[in-house]
Amino acid sequence: MKTVQLCLVTVIAESILKERLIQDVRDAGARGFTITDADGEGSRQRRVGAILGANVRLETIVSKEVAEHLLGILSAEYFERFAVIAYLSDVSVIRGEKYV
Amino acid sequence: MLDVLRINLCSPLTLSFALGVFARLVRSELALPRDLYTGLSIYLLFALGLKGGVELSHSSLAEISGPAFVTVLLGVLTPVSAYLVLRRLGKFSVSDSAGIAAHYGSVSAVTFIAAQQFVTSVGAPAEGFMPTLLTLLEIPGIQVALAIGAFQLAADSKSSEADENAVPPRPFKEILHELLTSRSMLLLVGGLVIGVAVGEAGWKPVQPVFEGLFKGLLTIFLLEMGLAAGSRLGDLKKAGIFLLAFGILMPIVHGTLGAWLGSMAGMSIGGCTVLATMAASASYIAAPPAVRMTLPEANPTYYLTAALAITFPFNLVAGIPIYFEISKRLCH
Repeated sequence: MKTVQLCLVTVIAESILKERLIQDVRDAGARGFTITDADGEGSRQRRVGAILGANVRLETIVSKEVAEHLLGILSAEYFERFAVIAYLSDVSVIRGEKYV
Repeated sequence: MLDVLRINLCSPLTLSFALGVFARLVRSELALPRDLYTGLSIYLLFALGLKGGVELSHSSLAEISGPAFVTVLLGVLTPVSAYLVLRRLGKFSVSDSAGIAAHYGSVSAVTFIAAQQFVTSVGAPAEGFMPTLLTLLEIPGIQVALAIGAFQLAADSKSSEADENAVPPRPFKEILHELLTSRSMLLLVGGLVIGVAVGEAGWKPVQPVFEGLFKGLLTIFLLEMGLAAGSRLGDLKKAGIFLLAFGILMPIVHGTLGAWLGSMAGMSIGGCTVLATMAASASYIAAPPAVRMTLPEANPTYYLTAALAITFPFNLVAGIPIYFEISKRLCH
């Protein structure tokens, strides 16, 4: 089966940022995304959401350009002050035109 | 006074809160599902709005205008006093002071409900329009404190040559939109409007759910509050002795101010007690996300511990009876 190489961007962030992240992902040019609730602990430990929910995990499959654009937005707006991590992985997908 | 304290301590609300704290202290695996917490808080806020709306439909504008005015006044005064005490006496940073002040300027709906239940149980029920005052107090306190923080930070960064990488502050329009469309605001105000619209006749068929079940579900919610407060007890050391004293003394000052303003506005003893409790309480539903988004430099350990692990239990156990005694003296 013919597959296409694309980027999977995964963002794990405190859940109060959910709406803002969705907006950023759209602005960066992603065609879709998946959000799930997530729990965990990191260098910033406790979340404000202790009573309202902890983290969200956002995944989106995009082209390399969009992925880099999105990481740029994230590092400018969130990394310094919020509990956010983001990483890229290469993925092979079928129907590559769906994502770009 | 002792009798009043005893009545308050032996209520199922206080005791189930204590059970929650106890469960955390003995490291029990007890935890309420997150969705149940969300569901219960939606139910409580909506029920509060609906019932308040039905009661409001019996009140006249002349009756409510005085109390409404002093409530808004409290919403402006309490965050300023909290900010000044934290900044000047406590030597907290601008962000931390403003972040904590936002919590103390706003109001805790659960503490409000506990005060309502208390004054009813001692035979001095509050005025029917109290939930309307609750919605009036919810927003300005947060806004005033966030504004102080934002302006102070802007002034500081100007005087010290702003560094180029600084993230620009969020526009106030965005923050206001978030607060006005937040879950608690929408349910409270929406409930009030529906309550006023349907009146007594429309209230009757839904009353079993929104009034009959109210106390029982509130008791479960208090258990969750106990669990949340209990898990913050470990942070008390990090918060320090000043914040501990602040979390107890500031509510007494704000409570006294609230009771006095309430009596000036001609409210009943029960009404003054509830207004005092509103002024004394610290929000932990609306304020934390707003502060986190707007003043991310403020340390959540400080404001959450103060609001949830110090002030909330203090008001629940001792504060409400104290405000009742103060109101009794002021209203006579």
